[in-house]
Amino acid sequence: MIAWQDVTVTYPDADRPTLRGVTLEIPDGDLCLVVGPTGSGKSTLLGSINGLVPHFTGGTLSGRVTVAGRDTAGHLPRELAELVGYVGQDPLRGFVTDTVEDEVAYGMEQLGVAPVAMRKRVEETLDLMGIAELRRRPLVELSGGQQQRVAIAAVLAAQPRVLVLDEPTSALDPTAAQDVLSAIATLVHEVGLTVVLAEHRLERVMQAADSMIWLPGDGSAEYGPPGEILGRASVTPPLAALAHTLDWATVPLSVREARRRVQASGVTISAPSAPAPISGPAALSARDVEVRYGPISAVRGVDLDLHAGSVTALLGRNGAGKSSLLWALQGALTSAGTITVGSQDPRRLGAAEARRLVTLVPQTAADLLYLPTVAAECAQADAESGAEPGTTRDLIARLGLDLPSERDPRDLSEGQRLGLVLAIQLAARAPVLLLDEPTRGLDYAAKAQLHQILDALADDGVAVALSTHDVEFAALASRRLLLMADGEVIADGNTAELLTSSPAYAPQMAKVFAPVPVLTPADVERGLR
Amino acid sequence: MEGQELLTRTQPKPAPSAPVHPWAWWCWAIGIGLAVSGTTNPLLLVLIAMAVILVVMIRRTAAPWARSVRAYLLLALFVVGMRVFFQILIGGGTGETVLFSLPEMPLPDWAAGIRLGGAVTAEGLVYTLYSALRLAVMLLCVGAANALANPRQALKSVPAALYEASVAVVIALTVAPQLIESAQRVRRARRLRGDGVRGLRALGRIALPVLADAIERSMALAAGMEARGFGRTRGEPVPGALPLMIVSSMVALLGAFLLLSTAFWEAATAALVLGAAGTGWGLRRAGRNLRVSAYRPHPWTWRSTGVALSGLLTAAVVLGLGWFDTTYDSVFPSTDPLVWPELTVPMLLAVACCLAPLPLTVPPRFRGVEASRADTRVRALRGGAPA
Repeated sequence: MIAWQDVTVTYPDADRPTLRGVTLEIPDGDLCLVVGPTGSGKSTLLGSINGLVPHFTGGTLSGRVTVAGRDTAGHLPRELAELVGYVGQDPLRGFVTDTVEDEVAYGMEQLGVAPVAMRKRVEETLDLMGIAELRRRPLVELSGGQQQRVAIAAVLAAQPRVLVLDEPTSALDPTAAQDVLSAIATLVHEVGLTVVLAEHRLERVMQAADSMIWLPGDGSAEYGPPGEILGRASVTPPLAALAHTLDWATVPLSVREARRRVQASGVTISAPSAPAPISGPAALSARDVEVRYGPISAVRGVDLDLHAGSVTALLGRNGAGKSSLLWALQGALTSAGTITVGSQDPRRLGAAEARRLVTLVPQTAADLLYLPTVAAECAQADAESGAEPGTTRDLIARLGLDLPSERDPRDLSEGQRLGLVLAIQLAARAPVLLLDEPTRGLDYAAKAQLHQILDALADDGVAVALSTHDVEFAALASRRLLLMADGEVIADGNTAELLTSSPAYAPQMAKVFAPVPVLTPADVERGLR
Repeated sequence: MEGQELLTRTQPKPAPSAPVHPWAWWCWAIGIGLAVSGTTNPLLLVLIAMAVILVVMIRRTAAPWARSVRAYLLLALFVVGMRVFFQILIGGGTGETVLFSLPEMPLPDWAAGIRLGGAVTAEGLVYTLYSALRLAVMLLCVGAANALANPRQALKSVPAALYEASVAVVIALTVAPQLIESAQRVRRARRLRGDGVRGLRALGRIALPVLADAIERSMALAAGMEARGFGRTRGEPVPGALPLMIVSSMVALLGAFLLLSTAFWEAATAALVLGAAGTGWGLRRAGRNLRVSAYRPHPWTWRSTGVALSGLLTAAVVLGLGWFDTTYDSVFPSTDPLVWPELTVPMLLAVACCLAPLPLTVPPRFRGVEASRADTRVRALRGGAPA
């Protein structure tokens, strides 16, 4: 269905090709996963399917890409619109109209489909994606999962045979991600579409994959069955890490498969020792915190102590109040109740002083960057924090990052940019560090590095709290867990106990080895000894 | 897919409850705006404003753009307030009825003719109030059109040749609110870095991330549109259509100018008609290669005609009253000497015309906009802060 023949893509100003000599073919009706670290060329490979690379992005493409026999070199992306549907990373950015129904119809209007046929197709597509009841809703009012499904419906209405999705679930909470993935599975199994999907977080999606393309990062590409590719690839979802630990040749793609293999091979592991209870002085103490937006209260009556030297994770649906709580604790958001950090209230201080008590890394970390080079940002951060010149630079080195001084911060990868912002914020030396969704857009290697950084900070006595949708990361990095729903903290306790007792939030290892309460592949490795 | 060929041949019939064409609402609002420009009678202006607000309240949908009328109402009140404030402050003393006096500030010679403070006369105040009220009601008309007809929907019905211009406007309408959102987000994030810089320097620090964001957004939108087939029915430009349009629109403009300012009305009318015809023909020719179809195209029904006519009729009545010497004083009541403005029967007729859309149209179909989810409402309320 889609074939690359000796494809090499080079962007202008790049010192090496992003893709080099790629030759592979995706058969009709496959769900193919594209995996690889950040910057390995996943988006480039996806863009080359409908000709956005190189017609739209620039750069040169040598070799041949054909979709259903049509060469993308001779066809512009718009001429392939009824063959390939393409959904970008942030659905809201790609919307052209303002209601669901109009958005679904837009593609067909461009193709000149007659109005009557168009109405029929719009209805069919709305039903297929399960969004018929949203038809007249304004797009901006939809939740993330609904927006993503509308974006898919919008390209489906033109009846393409191939669907290309670039990280469709990276911004979604587990339930919304599951909605989108099951909609995609329906398209593969019931409609017979060929789906090519790039994703960082493979835990949920890999069991649906028929094949996998691995981009190691040197420009080459490997194609094969997912279980076999994951056995070799450097991307390590928990089940792949488990396979490495137990020396399995292929990676089980689902919890069920892994559980059966574990039972068949007779592996037994001992439960990890119960973690020491979190104690010590509270670095931040909040009582009865409430955040209101007009008539709606986003955070209600939250009591919270963050202890020095501990990492706390906040889990909950989109809109449960996680971000609002973090912003309120920093003092940047108006709130009621009492917040004390070492006998001071960050809300009563100026921005510069509040930052020395509680520092927050926001969800879109790039919002904090405005200077042209990494070096300039570091110097500015030293000045802002009243720290010795070179402090931020040292912090970057201590975080184990290698950031070229002359690089524009906007050209850094997602993980590097987060590292830079983290270093800038840490220069203030606050006893409390808050991170809002830090794992978004990070690959497995960057997440592992973030885990190490947070551990090291906790060892230094910093109280760390982070909000996340990534259960596996929470299991790995935190010792204490807060579950939020509808503005309230509904559970607060030890990460291991809370996660293993929850069916929705249990990490994959806990499901594989239930009832033994293990959370991460590292726990399994320790339990084997 | 079966039966599609058969289906495509049947044209959809406009339902009796089909919504009024967006351009009909704009025509209604522009007509009332014209009428308002031809009067300073406060009683008439207030009645027209109430009629417009009434129609908006009863006939608007639950869509987000329909909520904009409140903002226009506030803007209108602000305009009136500012005008009165400056009239009191700077004055310009016509009339004898002094209401009260402010201490007068002596100004240097080069500012001769400007007076700060001093006597405030009833005549001057009333004159200002009348003209401010006129401007306010015109603003309200624009707001009403916006609330009743989504500007994007209106742009869907432009001639094909203007398609690309309308797309540019649509993209601006999409990106502008997103820009405001990211500006608010970045401004909030500045506090996290302990940045106390204000004024122009702070603007620079906010502008860079916001602009970078805007460029990324526009690129994403353009890629999305390209991938969905935007522009593929554009075809080759038709030779000669553009020069024809330019020349004929200039001829039409010249005709309009001659008609309004000179006595050569025969030549002027001929130029106007010829120019308009040429422009129309050019638009048709230029748009011939574009084969974009419209989902739920807006049918122009007799209701639409009625709504458009009611606006034009309002304009005709009020402008007509101003045309005749016998009725001139009723639409432009004197402020020096002060007289009590009066309402006449033709004026009530004009107000009735403003209200004509109420019996002419049917209430908007229940649009099924459920109560928004709390989190998305929160996002809207705090202006795009982190979700």
